[in-house]
Amino acid sequence: MAYNLKNEMNKEERFHSGHRLCAGCAAGIVCRAMMRAVEPEDRAVICNATGCLEVSSFQYPYTAWEDSYIHTAFENASATASGVEAAYNIMKKKGKIAADENVKILVIGGDGGTYDIGFQSLSGALERGHDLTYFCYDNNAYMNTGTQRSSATPRFTNATTTPSGTESVGKKQNQKDLTQIVVMHASPYVAQTTMFGNMKDFHEKAHRAIYTKGATFVNVLTPCPRGWGYPADELTEICKLAIDTCVWPLYEVVEGEYRLTYEPKKKLPVEEFMRRQTRFKHCFAKGNEWTLEAAQEYVDKKWEELLAKCK
Amino acid sequence: MSIRERMSGNEAIATAMRQINPDVFAMFPITPSTEIPQYYAQYVADGRVDTEFITVESEHSSLSACLGAEAAGVRAVTATSSAGLSYMNEVLYVAASSRLPVVLAVACRALTGPININHDYSDSMAERDSGFIQIYGENNQEVYDNYLQAHRIAEHPDVRLPLMICEDGFITSHAIENIELEEDEAVKNFVGEYKPENYLLKKENPLAVGPYGVSNYYMEARVAQAEAMKNAKKVILEVAADFEKTFGRKYGFFEEYRMEDAEIAMVIMGSCAGTAKTAVDELRAKGIKAGVIKIRVFRPFPGEELAEALSGVKAVAVMDKSEGFSACGGPLFAETAGACINLKDRPAMVDIVFGLGGRDFTVEAAESVFDRLKKIADGGDIGEVYTHMGQRER
Repeated sequence: MAYNLKNEMNKEERFHSGHRLCAGCAAGIVCRAMMRAVEPEDRAVICNATGCLEVSSFQYPYTAWEDSYIHTAFENASATASGVEAAYNIMKKKGKIAADENVKILVIGGDGGTYDIGFQSLSGALERGHDLTYFCYDNNAYMNTGTQRSSATPRFTNATTTPSGTESVGKKQNQKDLTQIVVMHASPYVAQTTMFGNMKDFHEKAHRAIYTKGATFVNVLTPCPRGWGYPADELTEICKLAIDTCVWPLYEVVEGEYRLTYEPKKKLPVEEFMRRQTRFKHCFAKGNEWTLEAAQEYVDKKWEELLAKCK
Repeated sequence: MSIRERMSGNEAIATAMRQINPDVFAMFPITPSTEIPQYYAQYVADGRVDTEFITVESEHSSLSACLGAEAAGVRAVTATSSAGLSYMNEVLYVAASSRLPVVLAVACRALTGPININHDYSDSMAERDSGFIQIYGENNQEVYDNYLQAHRIAEHPDVRLPLMICEDGFITSHAIENIELEEDEAVKNFVGEYKPENYLLKKENPLAVGPYGVSNYYMEARVAQAEAMKNAKKVILEVAADFEKTFGRKYGFFEEYRMEDAEIAMVIMGSCAGTAKTAVDELRAKGIKAGVIKIRVFRPFPGEELAEALSGVKAVAVMDKSEGFSACGGPLFAETAGACINLKDRPAMVDIVFGLGGRDFTVEAAESVFDRLKKIADGGDIGEVYTHMGQRER
């Protein structure tokens, strides 16, 4: 059935309001959309890494999650999920869960819990090929502890551990391309998406990931108004700029086959994305013009590489 | 009918696991516990068990996978040693506070450094406050018997705490000794099925595990956990009583060896207790009233019962096979001395740290400890309370 936003919004919410995420936080949108991609008749177990989402969505005695949920620690969401999946398999085998029942194992973590401290357990779970889907809500830094740089933080970001100053233009390194690294694990389905328009791109990728057997991965660019420095109501504009500048290309890799899912009609300069966020403010100061050029050069290079893979 | 066999402690544990047939085994190898998952992998390969065997990429993940599986509603086990246990440290606390009764076999081994693969208790002692129940065995028979009792203790509704079954690395884990095994069916009947009340995969009632607990709630959760550890004492004895009734071998919090009229005593753990008992027999033959207490259950610590057993003894040596670096004694000493603090008839007590990194403990060494205790009991000066034994002089 073709995607229809109205139908989707009429589904029962499986991630409820009343959570303690910041106003304008995109992680809550990721959770709602992720849960809409689970068929209403199917159950889910959500395994969450420590982070903003965990402390905001399951603060005792309240939970925002309609489905079963487990948080154990920061770096081990994938390992925890591996155990849940093993339990599901044996309960099915022993007939403790009916043959026609479906429980989807979903893992969700921020870029800290995915790119960095949780990278080992993610890699292990991908290699073992458990039947689960990992959603990374990549907000480009350790936001729960106050915007420290992560390996997902773009170069030149003014993060609290890579501040700009008289001798610094922010973070020195380009971000780790985790999506590519996941592809190298031979995952049957890997995608990049974000939030814009009617959420069709997100929904279709999430649904496909969840309903593809094996360890699948969806990397979601998830802007953070406080960490990035933009007004909370500009979320979808920021996301749109990320895809139109090709800072965050939208694509999917199905059994190793690359497919571009969005190509901007007019590829915008990266500085249009950067200008809207205070984390890049110093890049626009006199004398720092080179940073904008370097940022553009990096995005262009990565975009060309991706286009070559998608041919 | 028991089956007479001969095998190592690792094989005894793997055998107990096979008989119990847990739902999930998440493994990562580390010396000297590695054989346990190796034996088990073969049971899986030969179709002798139907366990989901997950070969994870670290000990942190092996325990994490066990937590996921237990929370999801099934029995989960793993095994480790030394640095592997240390690497699990964070997750041990999560297991205990989430009240997930994982059973973890530990072949105890020294912690680095220098790196060493032999036995002492620096690994398990470092985790004594993690919230795990800890049960130690002297030999392969005890380790096997302890394992058969583990799930029933851990999973009891009044307890619901994870549990470590500790054996001495190499000394017990690898030495092949005679053992009496029980029939598979008898073990299955004794251990029973795991029936958690609530779990992630329960259809009727979704569950949320592992909340953020603010100051308003954290303390209540910790007190409930402390109460569970107290409850474990009652359950450990109940399960031991049923074990004795079923299989005929008797267990308690600790074993008292020739303690009935002892004037001097050694408090010790694990395989070295056998050496100490031999020394006691030799001293008793000379008319010296020596005895040994071998601690089986270290968590929950049987403080009251131990104090009662030591009441009236004139001099006690606590034998610590791990160094706590407190500069005033090892962990077993701290616990034992603490347990005796309110005794009216309190023994003089010294701590001897020995056997680190597999350094041998001989009958002669045990006798020298009793010699020292005899002098103290006869009114001699207690001397230095905290000393090391068996190291070369500089």
